[in-house]
Amino acid sequence: MENHPFGILEDLNTKKLTVYEEMKERGYSRRDFMKFCSTMAAFIGLSSSVVGQVANALETKRRPPVLWMHFQECTCCSESFIRTSHPIVADILLDKISLDYTETLQAASGHQAEKSLHDTMEESYGEYILMVEGSIPLANPGYCMIGGISSLEILKEAAAGAKAIIAWGSCASNGCVQSARPNPTKATPIHKIIKNKPIIKVPGCPPIGEVMAGVVVHLLAFDEIPELDNQGRPKAFYSRRVHDTCYRRPNYDAGLFVESWDDTNAKKGYCLYKLGCKGPVTYNACAVTKWNGGTSFPIQSGHGCIGCSENNFWDNGPLYKHLAEFPGFGIESNADKIGVFAAGAAAAGIAAHTIATNIRKRKLIDSNIEEGRKGME
Amino acid sequence: MKPGKEFTEMTSRSVSSNMLYRPMRRIYVFQVPTRIFHWINVVSLMSLIVTGYIIGNPPALLQESEASQNYWFGINRFIHFGSAWIFTVNWIFRVFWAFIGANKWENWRNFLPLSKKQWKEAWEIIKLDVLMIKNDTHLSIGHNALAGFSYFIIFIVSLVMVFTGFALYAPMSESWFPQLFNWVIPLLGGDMFVRFIHHASMWIFIVFTIIHVHLVMYHDYVEGRGELSSIIGGWKFIEEDILENKNKSEEQNTENEDK
Repeated sequence: MENHPFGILEDLNTKKLTVYEEMKERGYSRRDFMKFCSTMAAFIGLSSSVVGQVANALETKRRPPVLWMHFQECTCCSESFIRTSHPIVADILLDKISLDYTETLQAASGHQAEKSLHDTMEESYGEYILMVEGSIPLANPGYCMIGGISSLEILKEAAAGAKAIIAWGSCASNGCVQSARPNPTKATPIHKIIKNKPIIKVPGCPPIGEVMAGVVVHLLAFDEIPELDNQGRPKAFYSRRVHDTCYRRPNYDAGLFVESWDDTNAKKGYCLYKLGCKGPVTYNACAVTKWNGGTSFPIQSGHGCIGCSENNFWDNGPLYKHLAEFPGFGIESNADKIGVFAAGAAAAGIAAHTIATNIRKRKLIDSNIEEGRKGME
Repeated sequence: MKPGKEFTEMTSRSVSSNMLYRPMRRIYVFQVPTRIFHWINVVSLMSLIVTGYIIGNPPALLQESEASQNYWFGINRFIHFGSAWIFTVNWIFRVFWAFIGANKWENWRNFLPLSKKQWKEAWEIIKLDVLMIKNDTHLSIGHNALAGFSYFIIFIVSLVMVFTGFALYAPMSESWFPQLFNWVIPLLGGDMFVRFIHHASMWIFIVFTIIHVHLVMYHDYVEGRGELSSIIGGWKFIEEDILENKNKSEEQNTENEDK
């Protein structure tokens, strides 16, 4: 059985192992497992005393089946996920869910894949976790159609039996680039379609791999939705602004800004605020967790944050400027330019009004002056 | 000859050539709390506009230094937030004052054009003072209906500023009051758009201030009733004959209403 290439897979599929058991099957040691548990606990923001609980949960609880759906997206979320610095979650999850369903990594294809999907949905109705990557194009059911079924129908069917939904990335959370004006495909995020299921939004283009792993581990370990903020994002990763956790922040408070990309201030590592860094309006863990195993993040590499995890970031102005264009006034017409124009128009109006007053109200003013003079006599 | 009662009988609303001068009546229009509100509003608003504009477009000051040597931008933001608190509390006070204790020229009815009379007066003011197709002086003692309505609009814009400002401020703050505005950001779809509204609305205040100050000076210049100084001392001056005609017509109105 051990030698049979599909033996283990069949075994896993029927037995529904715990995460720890799956790790053992894959040759990870107990030590690896414990290291993984403490790393994940730290990412989720738990104290070290809770590591035991995480380990215990992953040892004893059976992992719920997972369906990973791809709709209108670029798969950068998957790419990010499989590149976490601690790939165990991705390893287990993606290897395992290739049995359940995921278009990108599954071994099965065509009818086999569809069968696998429906088997999982039927067998563990109300139990499985639905992970969605991508938005739903509502403009035409033909867009993003899989197996003759529109993505909207696929999502609705899959969501019906889901215990919870994770909206991976900005596409699923808020529509991302393809929903930018004029949104030709009518790309729609998951939460606007599915209303009756708990949805965890993990925005970012892509989200940080460690953040994704952290969210999954939280679900596996505690069997409940992590604490979410008022936009439905896990507080552990999205409660703080990139700006507030940025190592360049002291330069901001000191008023030291990079003025252009190639000036000495850029070399000195001053704040990138004036070059349109969206750190002050972006909630993400980039400056804390960083990317590629803690190597760096955009601002550390000398480029401002573009706010990719924020709702509508694509429509909220140019990436290298802070102020959005004013809608309806054409390109390069930001609020300041229009404001200066309005103030100028007001000043011109005042000048005209003053001249008109002295002409049209002359009689009145003269009679007041006359009256005032007489009063002194 | 002493100017007295007989004098007023021969004058009408328009200035007649045979009169010597028209006696003026001093009226206490703006009470102390209203005046204090106004000047706190002026100072905090100016401070908010200047510091806010700097936050949006920071000038390149003191560039040849290290972050540890400076904190001017932080101080600028601190002044902005401090002024915002004062502005907000002042705003809340003015709303209360409009319902409690305010006199008839200060209370909330001046700001909402709910009666037909106010709409008519606003139209009169447009003809009289904006288009100047009518040559006369208007009769209102406190705010005219058009001015009152413009203050109402500024009240609303202030509210927008308070809501968007505290919503943006909330994540940096531990105190409970800013947290009351947490719902604004998800409602409007994110910090970026909220920030945009907050920034663009600043210009409404700037344009309002320019026009407001000009029109106050205009009224003072054309009418000579102490419009400009009324917000300092509280006094306005009105021709006695006009005041009495006004009172008479108001009495008639109330009598008509009684019938």
